[in-house]
Amino acid sequence: MIYLAIVFLPLIGALIAGLFGRVIGDRPTEIVTTAFLMAAAVLSWIVFIQVGFDHETARVPVMRWITSGELDTSWSLRIDTLTSVMLVVVTTVSALVHLYSIGYMHEDPARYRFFCYLSLFTFAMLMLVTSDNLLQMFFGWEGVGLASYLLIGFWYHKPEANAAAMKAFIVNRVGDFGFALGIFGVFFVFNSINYDVIFEAAESFHGKTFNFLGQDVDILTTLCLLLFMGAMGKSAQFLLHTWLPDAMEGPTPVSALIHAATMVTAGVFMVARLSPLFEQAEVARDVVLYVGTITAFFAATIGLVQNDIKRVVAYSTCSQLGYMFAACGVGAYGAAIFHLFTHAFFKALLFLGAGSVIHAMHHEQDMRNMGGLAPKIRLTYFAMLIGTMALTGVGIPHLIGFAGFHSKDAIIEASFAGHTPHNIVFWALTFAAFLTSFYSWRLIFMTFHGKTRAAPEVYKHAHESPYTMLIPLGVLSLGAIAAGFVFAPEFVGHHYKEFWGHALYEGPHNHIMHDMHAITEEWVFWAPFIAMASGFGLAWLYYIAAPWLPEATARAFKPIYLFLLNKWYFDELYDWLFVKPTMAIGRFLWKGGDGAVIDGAIDGTASTVKWTTGRAVKLQTGYVYHYAFAMLIGVAAILTFFLRSLLMGGAGQ
Amino acid sequence: MNVETSPILSIITFLPLLGAAFIAFLPRNAGGDRNARHTALYTTLFTFAISLIIWINFDPRTADFQFVEEMDWIGPFKYKMGVDGISMLFVILTTFLMPLCILASWESVKIRVKEYMIAFLVLETLMIGVFCALDLMLFYLFFEAGLIPMFLIIGVWGGKRRVYASFKFFLYTLLGSVLMLLAMFTMFSVAGTADIPTLMQIGPTKFSRDLQFWLWLAFFASFAVKMPMWPVHTWLPDAHVEAPTAGSVILAGILLKMGGYGFLRFSLPMFPLASQDLATMVFTLSVVAIIYTSLVALAQEDIKKLIAYSSVAHMGFVTMGIFTFQQQGVDGAIFQMLSHGIVSAALFLCVGIVYDRMHTREIAAYGGLADRMPIYATVLMIFTMANVGLPGTSGFVGEFLTLLGAFKANTWVAFFATTGVILSAAYALYLYRRVVFGTLEKASLKSITDMTPREIAIMAPLVILTIVFGFYPAFLLDVMAVSVKQLVTNFEAAVAHSTALAVP
Repeated sequence: MIYLAIVFLPLIGALIAGLFGRVIGDRPTEIVTTAFLMAAAVLSWIVFIQVGFDHETARVPVMRWITSGELDTSWSLRIDTLTSVMLVVVTTVSALVHLYSIGYMHEDPARYRFFCYLSLFTFAMLMLVTSDNLLQMFFGWEGVGLASYLLIGFWYHKPEANAAAMKAFIVNRVGDFGFALGIFGVFFVFNSINYDVIFEAAESFHGKTFNFLGQDVDILTTLCLLLFMGAMGKSAQFLLHTWLPDAMEGPTPVSALIHAATMVTAGVFMVARLSPLFEQAEVARDVVLYVGTITAFFAATIGLVQNDIKRVVAYSTCSQLGYMFAACGVGAYGAAIFHLFTHAFFKALLFLGAGSVIHAMHHEQDMRNMGGLAPKIRLTYFAMLIGTMALTGVGIPHLIGFAGFHSKDAIIEASFAGHTPHNIVFWALTFAAFLTSFYSWRLIFMTFHGKTRAAPEVYKHAHESPYTMLIPLGVLSLGAIAAGFVFAPEFVGHHYKEFWGHALYEGPHNHIMHDMHAITEEWVFWAPFIAMASGFGLAWLYYIAAPWLPEATARAFKPIYLFLLNKWYFDELYDWLFVKPTMAIGRFLWKGGDGAVIDGAIDGTASTVKWTTGRAVKLQTGYVYHYAFAMLIGVAAILTFFLRSLLMGGAGQ
Repeated sequence: MNVETSPILSIITFLPLLGAAFIAFLPRNAGGDRNARHTALYTTLFTFAISLIIWINFDPRTADFQFVEEMDWIGPFKYKMGVDGISMLFVILTTFLMPLCILASWESVKIRVKEYMIAFLVLETLMIGVFCALDLMLFYLFFEAGLIPMFLIIGVWGGKRRVYASFKFFLYTLLGSVLMLLAMFTMFSVAGTADIPTLMQIGPTKFSRDLQFWLWLAFFASFAVKMPMWPVHTWLPDAHVEAPTAGSVILAGILLKMGGYGFLRFSLPMFPLASQDLATMVFTLSVVAIIYTSLVALAQEDIKKLIAYSSVAHMGFVTMGIFTFQQQGVDGAIFQMLSHGIVSAALFLCVGIVYDRMHTREIAAYGGLADRMPIYATVLMIFTMANVGLPGTSGFVGEFLTLLGAFKANTWVAFFATTGVILSAAYALYLYRRVVFGTLEKASLKSITDMTPREIAIMAPLVILTIVFGFYPAFLLDVMAVSVKQLVTNFEAAVAHSTALAVP
């Protein structure tokens, strides 16, 4: 019952908002949806404690879904530790974002629609994390995609918002192409898409091959790679990442909820949920590892030079998701989910903080027009500071630190224990941590410190946000500080085996969690610390001590600067490679294929048409009956002829 | 009344004809027009209500034909009607869509209202007849005669190039039916019966592999045009563009399904060996249809044409699913047809709503409708998403099942067909963005009004069904399961039998 309430309260809220929002008004809609989400959040924490600490797992069947032959899928909820962690993340952040939006969106004329979409999103996300089969996961997957599309394009008057919404949906569909094929493949191999069945049977298919696209390939590697393609789209990994920065066109609370804390982590959740499959597919895990690592590094480089406050945080999200995948790649699923958990708090905090800044600055998002805001919006400033310290991983090795310190350093340690060639992943992630620290502090310094670059009028009117917005910042700050050291023993520490139970699977050769704790090289623990500290130092040098340095550097390394500023030219490349050719082919097939070739080929018929058309002009003048009559006679004649030959044929026998 | 023994299929088949006859006697004036509308509406509603009795009394546990009626007719041909799990739902779909068509034409049709209503009611009789007929001759009669009212609907109440379009439609479809006629003649000569259930039983063995090949091709000529399959699809966009809204609804909702139904009723059970031999060709054409027409849809500048092309792409999933010869594939194909019957009908009705107001179908003439038409924007969004195949809408189930079946049959087919999910998102959202989103700037749109209560009443059942069937498709899947299972089993048996013969 409690599980059903968590999942369906947001749906009920969405329905009330969507169907009756216009009738009952904006304020009641806001209150109802927010109250439902808060209730769901409280219940989620109860479930989290029940499952994580008292080990009460459950299956709750809801109803049948698609049944056809051997395919038997149903709507049902699977409750284990992994689910309960996700429930907490999703409902907590969502409830806070609902509350925050009451303040942030107060000038919007269509708030009921906004809250409907927010609650709808939450429902879809909850269906995703509670899924008991791949199809329900796909439902949630596409459902959050729809909500994301609607929310990015919420301000539909803005052409950029519409473009971004479409791009998000379509790029995600590219990933879903792989996901869908993966599901078909799983069904083909296992004759089922229910988790219990495929997890049970996974080991028996280890190393076996099947024919896919004319090649004999390893079954589980292929399936995992196809499924991972979906994860790459949803979690904006390298090559399918282009939609995420553009998604910042949506209202900021949306960015916090969907594009930082919850939806984009669905890919990580998927890999962790399917750990019994990925554990049997070493090659696929390597791909996950390197895609994650490349993303962590590449997104961080772009984050260095962006000027839009939200885009910096967006690239940071992209990069942090890379860390989580890297952890999955080495088999440290617990560390990946731990980082997902802490990241939800501090990244939502950073986004909502950025929203508070934007709110204060009357929708200004360019950091070049900010600066010196700290005294104006002190509470927001503190919240952003906490978020930044959590993200950059401020903390003292072996002792204590902000949330990100515990989770990110766990991943970096796992990557060291994972023994990649020359420790390349370890070094890449450590270097990315340095970049993270630099761009994060750059954001703080450019926004809050120094002399202001804002227009005097705007600066004068810059004001602190209302309580509906500050309370969520406060709660999330608490999470950003404490989520790490409170939960580390459970998620990645010595209790992790009991905590996760059977929710995460580790293959017989996977000792990563053990190896991670057995690292003897002391410098491994200090490397991320040094990266974090030097990032801060360099940012301080560039943006506080010597503010002329950034421009000088950009001028000195102009090609690199432009390369990063233009986001490695991915948008241009894809436009040239996919978008333009597709449209051109479409036009060509239409005019050339349908028009010239096919319709041209029936030219003989076409000329008959022309001839008959001349005869049929009378249609327009009104002799319908005559025509219909003539036609009926024609058909009757054919029939008679048919009948005659039939009867004669029959007689002949 | 005992439903099992009463001629309920004949009742619903000919009830619309009765209504049409009544309308024919109405006077030709404003009062007559009004009465014609009302008569048509009540007739179709009543027919729908009776057809529901069929669904309620239908026994989904058997694959046999139910509600069978049989009597002597012309010479060796019998008047034989009956439905099984495959055809029954198409009957319901037909009776369900008809009242909506009448309502959609309530105000937009102003000339020759009487004749218009008669044409639609006659069309309903003929369409229901197609799905109920269990005799070759009877089937052929319904199947071909259905062309005439549709031809008239396009040719008389259509747009500017209606004559060209109606002839293209007529010639294309007639071409195929001549071949089908010859094939039926041959079948009758060889098997000595025109009884469809019997032919389904004895066809696989009675017709040699070679004969099956030719018969299959002859039927294919007819069904492929109806579907329509690539490359004989070019009549469809023209027909849709010129047809009045309700004509498009019937065209997309029912008439296209006759091709798919034909494959399931004739090609697979009667010519299994040929079906197996030619499956690769069907796969190829289906996949080409899915990719090709989706790309063409992307380039369209006319709303109706875009939806017409997307219909062709969706029918590609149907033919692909049927020729997987798997339970999932065939279930999916039937489901896809039913779902497309609802969703594409709704999309054409959506076009009709703005066309009635603006009298243009050009995409560029719209933009920013969300401002003044929020209800319309929501409804169109729901059907756009159903068209894209979003899980939770009926559009997803069919697509998913057909692809699932296709993956078992041939991974290449599944691979290429699945690209359809990307392309459909592209053209559908691109359309939505240009019509509904953006700023409302065009002066002509400044006073456009949202959906009227009548329009809402038309769309509401379609919205509800799209979502209900998306979340609980068992309503439909349970009905067809046993019949499809038998179809697949018989097919496999026939193929196995022929290989067993071939071995020694």
